[in-house]
Amino acid sequence: MADIKLEHITKRYPDGYEAVKDMTLEIRDGEFVILVGPSGCGKSTALRMVAGLEPISEGELKIGAQTVNELEPKDRDVAMVFQNYALYPHMSVRDNMGFALKLRGADQSDISRKVDEAAHILDLDEHLERKPSQLSGGQRQRVAMGRAIVRDPAAFLMDEPLSNLDAKLRVQMRTEVSRLQQRLGTTMIYVTHDQTEAMTLGDRVAVMRAGVLQQVATPMELYNRPRNIFVAGFIGSPAMNFMPATVEGEHIKLPVGDVRMPPELRERAGRADGRPLLAGIRPESFEDAALVGDARDRGCSFTAKIEVLEAMGSELYAHFTTEAGERIESPELQELAADAGAGEVPNTGDEGQITARLDPASKVRQGEEAELWVDATKLHLFDPESGRNLTAGD
Amino acid sequence: MGDRARGILMWLAVVGVVVFCLFPFYWLINTSLKTGSDLNSASLVPPNLSFDNYTSIFEDSNFTKALRNSIIVSAMTTVCALIVGSFAGYALARLRFRFKFLLLAIILSITTFPPIAIAAPLFKLWTDTGIYDTIVGLIPPFLAFTLPLTIYILASFFKEIPRELEEAALVDGATRFQAFRRVVVPLSGPGLVTAGLLSFIWAWNEFLLAITLTSSPNARPVPPALAFFTGSQKFEVPLGTITAATVVVTVPLVILVLVFQRRIVAGLTAGAVKG
Repeated sequence: MADIKLEHITKRYPDGYEAVKDMTLEIRDGEFVILVGPSGCGKSTALRMVAGLEPISEGELKIGAQTVNELEPKDRDVAMVFQNYALYPHMSVRDNMGFALKLRGADQSDISRKVDEAAHILDLDEHLERKPSQLSGGQRQRVAMGRAIVRDPAAFLMDEPLSNLDAKLRVQMRTEVSRLQQRLGTTMIYVTHDQTEAMTLGDRVAVMRAGVLQQVATPMELYNRPRNIFVAGFIGSPAMNFMPATVEGEHIKLPVGDVRMPPELRERAGRADGRPLLAGIRPESFEDAALVGDARDRGCSFTAKIEVLEAMGSELYAHFTTEAGERIESPELQELAADAGAGEVPNTGDEGQITARLDPASKVRQGEEAELWVDATKLHLFDPESGRNLTAGD
Repeated sequence: MGDRARGILMWLAVVGVVVFCLFPFYWLINTSLKTGSDLNSASLVPPNLSFDNYTSIFEDSNFTKALRNSIIVSAMTTVCALIVGSFAGYALARLRFRFKFLLLAIILSITTFPPIAIAAPLFKLWTDTGIYDTIVGLIPPFLAFTLPLTIYILASFFKEIPRELEEAALVDGATRFQAFRRVVVPLSGPGLVTAGLLSFIWAWNEFLLAITLTSSPNARPVPPALAFFTGSQKFEVPLGTITAATVVVTVPLVILVLVFQRRIVAGLTAGAVKG
């Protein structure tokens, strides 16, 4: 077991393309860190550099006290689980799991004891003599994990290990991974493009975009205090709503109406007076105005025509459109919109599409006007040029 | 046309093709079982069934020596072709370097080369260096002609093996060579069998280089040896013994192909990755 330190790591390809730019990240011994970002953001490349499968162009990588830049993968004492599992098809499950120990020249009885132990943890006891081709997707996934566990390595590296499973199994395996990591207490780096996985699994989450680390924090910190537009839009499902905003004295002008700024927000956003900004509002910061009660003066009420209403039982999702107002361009918003093809559809400021999460007791109806309320204390304000969150206070 | 008529027509066509292809082999076996004046008869079955030809060729030391030479030369050629070919094929499949396509094209173009083009220069070179008329002397030129196809077949098989399997082995603690030997090679079984079989058959059937580079029964493989066949008695027409010898050298090939047929077809990589 060991800590892993990435110090100013850069990956540059011969054609000059930089997949990872000046990445610095410290993973403590026994910590579970998630690397998350849209496809092509460099998260897998970063992981492969830690594994030794990809040479490091610049910077220093330390596992434990040792600098491992020049070490072969076999000398780094890390185990990796691949997206497509990469089980050896010509070996039985037992041989797959024992392969690493066999290469290390371990004792035969030692190998089978450790394999049996790992198989027991992963509930693979009955499948040890079968070939990978005879197993289901979930079982193959567990064998891949077993192959990593058996070695008792300094760290586990997981490259989107659950993305090949169907939705139901993925949720099940997610808790399994979490439990396993807690039980073994081994340092783990886990790469995923799924923000839900990132939020539910890790001790800390590192969000990457275009090869650059955006923010490293606990899931709640990322959710509540995203450092920039990208992190704000990427983390959370349904995604944060963005709309143009201007600060005028004590008020913020939003397409849905003017909001009186709470004191601490005013303090932080004070210098942005008059400039066009981008406001970010989480779906749950909205509420049916009829249900707000005493909190009413913390925000502002407005009416909107509910275009689509999704009743999820425990909550309602109301979709409506605001007047477009002036368009605000931001490269980060564009990237979020492009990534939205992958599933999570963020609401871009341009189109004025807003999603609000309402209490199921709400009497709001699809196709009708409704009075909604937005909580001003939960507002995020972003500088559209730099993408920085003016309200995160860092 | 009804389905039935179409079926009959198809079977007639199949039978026609099979007879056309296999009749010469049948005639070969037929002839090998005849002796004496029967050899001149055109009967479809031997009038007096006899295995004399077979017993006489195995009593002939020239034939048994030729058989031994053929086995050694073909086996050595195959083993060398597979070892060199798998390294070269692996490099072509995995490494990125300039002019890779050009290199592969040049390697493959060697197979279109007529062996007669190098027969004479090789004869001169081999007599000068003293490996003329030796078994060892046959292997390098044979390799030159079997390697291109071996490399090509193995490279295409290696390319099909997911890179992650090797990477998994590397992270599991294998060196590059261990990953190659314990993961890539076992998974390329069908490719190795196909390539090996083709080299073996090529070497086994080779005539031109074999007759050019050998002069005595000590080094001469079967195909040229058949040309020097005289039969057991001096003035006998050696047709019976030649056909018997031909049957003897054909049968191992047929058996080899039949045995490995299933392995060539089998998809060994099933279950390697999600699919």
